[in-house]
Amino acid sequence: MTANTRPVAPGAARRSPAASVLLHVTLVAACAVSLFPVVWLVLTSLKPRDGWLSAELEIFNQPSLTNYARVLGETEFLTWLVNSVLAAGLTTVLGVFLASTTGYALSRHAFPGRRGIMWMLLITQMFPVAILIVPLYNLMAALGLLNQIPGLIIAYMTIAVPFCAWMMKSYFDSIPREIDQAGLIDGLTPFGAFWRVVLPLARPSLAVTAFYCFMTAWGEVAYATVFMSQEEKRTLAVGLQQFVGQHWSDWGLLTASAVLIAVPAAAVFLVVQRHLVAGLTSGATKS
Amino acid sequence: MAVSTGRARSTTRDSADRGRRRAGRDQGPLRRALSRHWYAWAMVAPVMIVVTVLIGWPLLRGVYLSLTDATEANVGRTIGVNVIPASYEFVGLDNYVGILSSGLFWEKLTWTAIWTVSCVVLHYGIGLGLAMLLHRRLRFRSLYRVLLILPWAIPGFVAAFIWRYLFNSDFGVINAMLRAAGLGAVGWLDDPVTAKLAVIAVNVWVGVPFMMVALLGGLQSIPSELYEAAAVDGATPFQRFRHITLPMLRSVSATVVLLGTIWTFNMFPVIFLITRGGPGSETEILVTYAFREAFTGVRNYSGSAAWGVIILALLVVLATVYRRALRRQGEVW
Repeated sequence: MTANTRPVAPGAARRSPAASVLLHVTLVAACAVSLFPVVWLVLTSLKPRDGWLSAELEIFNQPSLTNYARVLGETEFLTWLVNSVLAAGLTTVLGVFLASTTGYALSRHAFPGRRGIMWMLLITQMFPVAILIVPLYNLMAALGLLNQIPGLIIAYMTIAVPFCAWMMKSYFDSIPREIDQAGLIDGLTPFGAFWRVVLPLARPSLAVTAFYCFMTAWGEVAYATVFMSQEEKRTLAVGLQQFVGQHWSDWGLLTASAVLIAVPAAAVFLVVQRHLVAGLTSGATKS
Repeated sequence: MAVSTGRARSTTRDSADRGRRRAGRDQGPLRRALSRHWYAWAMVAPVMIVVTVLIGWPLLRGVYLSLTDATEANVGRTIGVNVIPASYEFVGLDNYVGILSSGLFWEKLTWTAIWTVSCVVLHYGIGLGLAMLLHRRLRFRSLYRVLLILPWAIPGFVAAFIWRYLFNSDFGVINAMLRAAGLGAVGWLDDPVTAKLAVIAVNVWVGVPFMMVALLGGLQSIPSELYEAAAVDGATPFQRFRHITLPMLRSVSATVVLLGTIWTFNMFPVIFLITRGGPGSETEILVTYAFREAFTGVRNYSGSAAWGVIILALLVVLATVYRRALRRQGEVW
C-alpha cells in the first residue's frame, strides 16, 4: 500500500496512549456500523427456511443452505441474472468505447463546440429520471423496444456515457501529448495514435470507467422497473422487489439472492476502488 | 484545467497551420473549419448522437408534454389493428400553475431540501472525520479502510433491501435490540418521523464511503511541509486544521459536495425500495413523486413531465449559484 510510505500528518508520532485508544475505538465503532448490515444479511440468508421470522440475536444454530437452493431452483433468479449481466455487460462495452473516443477528442483537440459539449456532459448528469422516463418510455414503445434488453441498454447509455466521458477526459489530460505526437511522427494516423498508443496507456482508467458503467447498469432501478414488465425480461433489481411485495414477503429468498448479487460486485469493487476515486476527483484536483 | 487547455490550444494551432497549407486559400471559412476540425468532430459525434437522440429529444418532448394534458387515457395507442389517435391538447402553463400552487409541491420540496441538506452535511462531516482519522500513522489502517468502504461496494438496491429488513418492525434486528435493551419496539417505517430518520440513516450509510475516500485522497495530496512549518510557528492542531487542511481541500470538497448534492437530490432507489414513499406519501421526494405520477394509477404523463422540468430547473439553478459562489471566492472551476 503506497499510502503507508508517505509522510503522515504530524502529531502521529507523539500520540498519547489514551488518544491512541480513542482513535481505535472510534474506528472500530465506525467499522461495526458499516459492517453490521452486511454481516446480518449473510447470517439471515444462512438461517433455515423460516428463520428470518425471528430476529433473535443468537448466532444461527442450524446453518442451512435451503434459501440458496430455493433461490436457484424455485425462482426466476437465474433468468434475471442473465438479463442483468447482458444489460450491464453490453452497456459497459458500448459505454467505454463511446466515452473514450469522446474523452480523447475533448482532451486533445480544441474545436468549436468543445466548451459547449463539456458543459452538456456536466448538465446531463443532473437530469432527474423523472423528466426523461416518460418520453423515453414512449420512444421505446414506438420503436418496439419495451421488454427488450437493447432498449434498456440504450436507456443506460444516457446515464453512463456523459459521466464516463468526463472521467476519461481527465485521465487523457494526464497523458503527455508528446506521446501522441511521437506516434504521428512514426507514421500512425491520428486514430491509430489514439487506438494503439494512448488507449493502452489509459488502461487503468478504462478499467475504472468500465466498472462504473457496469455498476450503474447493474444497480439501476427506475428504468428497469418501467421498461421491463414481463417476468422473464426482468433484471435483478426489478425481480427482487417481487420477493418482498406488499402482501407477501419472503426475506429468506431475498437475503440469499442479495448475497449472491453483492458478493461478486463487492469483490471486484474492492479491487478497483482506489482507481475509481482517483478518476472521480482528478478533474477537480488538477484545476 | 487552465494548463491543459493552454496546451491543447497551442498544438491545435500547429495542426491548423498544416490544415491551412493543405487546404489552400480559395476555400470558405466553413470549409476550412471542417478540414481543420473534422477529426475531433468525428470522434465526438457518436456521443453527440446518443445524447441528442436519447436525452435531447426526450427532453424536448418532455417539455412539450408538460405543456399538454396528456395522460394514459388520451395519448394515442394501437390495440391490435385499431389505432386510437391522440386526443390530448395544449394547455399552456396550466400544469405548472397547478403544481406550484398546490400545497403538496411545497411540502415535497421542503422534505427534499431537508433530505438533501441533512444527507450531504452528514456525508461530508462523517466522511471528513473518518478521513482525518485514517490519515494518520496507525496500525490496521488498510483493514479499517477496506471495512469502511464496504457499504459503497454493495449495489444500491441490495443495500436498500438489507436495511428494509433491519428496520422491519416485527422481525427486524433493530427492534430486537431495542427490545433486548428493555425499550419498546418502534414501527420504524410506519410513522412519518421515524420513516424519514430511517431513510436518511440508510442514505448516510450508503454515501459516507465515497466522501471519505475522496477526502482522504485530498488529504494525502497536501504537502506535509505545510504542517511542519505551521507546527514550527506554534499553530495549534485546530489552527492547522482550519488554516491548512480546509483550504487545501477546497477543490476536492467543491466537487464532491456538488456531486453529492445532485446524487442525493435525485436518489431514487433508497426511497423507492425502502418505504415506497410511505407512510402515505410522507417520505416521497420530488423525484420519486414524479415517477409515481407517471407510472401508477391513471398514468399522468403531462403532470409528471412538469414535475420533471421543475426538478431540473431547481438543479440547474442550484449548480449555477454554487459555481458562482465558488468563482467569487477565486476558485477557477
